[in-house]
Amino acid sequence: MNQTHAARHPGAEAIADKGWLAANKWLLARRGSQLSILLLFMLGPWFGIWLIKGNLSSSLILETVPLTDPYILLQSLFAGHTLESTAIIGALIVSAFYILLGGRVYCSWVCPVNIITDTAQWLRDHFKITGASSLSRNTRYWILAATLILALVTGGIGWELVNPVSMLHRGLIFGMGLAWFIIFAVFLLDLLVSRRAWCSHLCPVGAFYSLLGTHSLIRIRADARDQCDDCMDCFKVCPEQQVIRPALKGHLKDSTEIIGPVITSSNCTNCGRCIDVCAKDVFHFGLRSNNTVNHTTNSKNINKQHNHSSGVEVL
Amino acid sequence: MSTQPTTARHSVTRNSRRKFLLDSARAGGAATLLALGVGLYSRQSVSLPASAIRPPGALDEDDFLGACVRCGLCVRDCPFDTLKLATFGDKVTTGTPYFTARDVPCEMCDDIPCVKACPTGALDHSLENIDNARMGLAVLIDEENCLNFQGLRCDVCYRVCPVIDKAITLEMKHNARSGSHALFIPTVHSDHCTGCGKCERACVLEDTAIRVMPFELAKGELGHHYRWGWKEKSKAGKSLVAPDVEHQYNMPQGQSYDLQGEGLIIEGKNAAGADDASPFGGSPLDTLNSNNFNTRGAQE
Ligand code: SF4
Ligand code: SF4
Ligand code: SF4
Ligand code: SF4
Ligand code: SF4
Repeated sequence: MNQTHAARHPGAEAIADKGWLAANKWLLARRGSQLSILLLFMLGPWFGIWLIKGNLSSSLILETVPLTDPYILLQSLFAGHTLESTAIIGALIVSAFYILLGGRVYCSWVCPVNIITDTAQWLRDHFKITGASSLSRNTRYWILAATLILALVTGGIGWELVNPVSMLHRGLIFGMGLAWFIIFAVFLLDLLVSRRAWCSHLCPVGAFYSLLGTHSLIRIRADARDQCDDCMDCFKVCPEQQVIRPALKGHLKDSTEIIGPVITSSNCTNCGRCIDVCAKDVFHFGLRSNNTVNHTTNSKNINKQHNHSSGVEVL
Repeated sequence: MSTQPTTARHSVTRNSRRKFLLDSARAGGAATLLALGVGLYSRQSVSLPASAIRPPGALDEDDFLGACVRCGLCVRDCPFDTLKLATFGDKVTTGTPYFTARDVPCEMCDDIPCVKACPTGALDHSLENIDNARMGLAVLIDEENCLNFQGLRCDVCYRVCPVIDKAITLEMKHNARSGSHALFIPTVHSDHCTGCGKCERACVLEDTAIRVMPFELAKGELGHHYRWGWKEKSKAGKSLVAPDVEHQYNMPQGQSYDLQGEGLIIEGKNAAGADDASPFGGSPLDTLNSNNFNTRGAQE
């Protein structure tokens, strides 16, 4: 059974069961969202339709509503600059949005680099490129701290000199220059060096937004986890694999304490790809609340988990 | 039986603690490396090329780099497409706004839309009168090629200046080449020049003789203890040094000397000098026609 799973691509079963469209709906929605946000910014320079001006660092909707990236604002504060109220209001609006919907919604639904790194991952799977550096997923938080200290020490926003996220978005709207080099470096990093090296290990922007969304309302839930047949497809597609296990299996690796079905880790990007590829419809978008344990399903689940433990250890 | 799982668990926690520490050290190391790299790079890229001018109201370069979020809203609201955002690879700090005066100068909009658009205050919102902007300072840098320096009347930089006759004036100087004409030297005054760059844009030469430069390049600085005597005097309303003691010359009897007036005064001689006390007459012609002179001529 494990062999057949390894041979086909993740989500094949879901496509067979639900149809191609239903088995890709969240992916399509995300790409739609990422591209249309980009398009909204391009309408101005391309067609002179100024619905929104600026870029992801700071922008103005219909000449009235300001939006500002709270992370770059924080760096500016660390650099010792007292900001105008416009930027502060803009950052509050953006923060409120991500605090409610999930911080890393920024990653999966907005960030243009995500399209690049997802493509790298897709190619990696396709050409079966393996090999991983054992860089900790916490490296990004260290880098996040380092960027803030850098601002404090130098008095400038140093990280923005190399930040691929703002560089790509700003570049597409205002002109790329040599920024393609940096974007290409990120692509190669994810393709050749390590699985999801950039977005899930290094990027301080994602790290910042994950902290912002620690208590977000909208979460992925594995309410139907007793339906899980351990096909592992969700693990294979998830950019942050480690977040699924507790909610899906109902307990941590070396503990028997039972855990509710909500994916609580703020590193879940709310991308919904697990929902797409699961033929058993285990996952769905839901609220953080009501994360209680249904005892009958769980004991059953845990028993099953013990039987298939080798399958999980493969990860 | 009861001890074994405990030891096992102990070693598990010890191992995982070791792994955690190791992981953290590596992650911290990677982050430090990255920060050092970016830090060095940022130090290198703070020096703004002289031809890149910041928009009106921009804070001092150091503060500006901590304030500007690289959003480009100033760029969008500039009606003359003066401003650009630097791209990665440009000599200007990536993502920050600047303009090149020789390409498109700042038109000094009355309502200063670029400053109004800035959400962060990197362009200082207290700048309300564009005449107070100090984007840089125009310097007539090439006196060898400037037409006015050769005695021609080009005057173009002077004519286009939005702050004409204050920021830039034509100062008359003697034209030594022709001997009988004036040079009209375009002269920039730092207390009025906004650094808009219209003069630089308009200079008729193949490459401009007048350029807007950052202040620190365009201006020298007086020794801190230097004072201009005449300014101090007019400020105080009187001379600040004690007047000279009147000078006493030791002259032969019957003679005196007036330093600031007549010079040598010989008593008994009137102003016309027609007195036989002197070997010379009052008129130079007398001297020329005198015997002394003729004798000398005869000797030769
Ligand atoms: S981790 Fe960084 S690069 Fe990746 S999607 Fe999130 S913000 Fe973008
Ligand atoms: S003052 Fe006017 S022309 Fe000059 S940079 Fe600002 S918007 Fe552009
Ligand atoms: S509007 Fe202000 S923050 Fe934005 S790019 Fe211009 S100077 Fe920088
Ligand atoms: S830069 Fe030139 S045109 Fe502009 S104010 Fe100064 S002297 Fe006048
Ligand atoms: S426009 Fe150029 S050449 Fe003419 S006077 Fe000015 S600086 Fe000289």
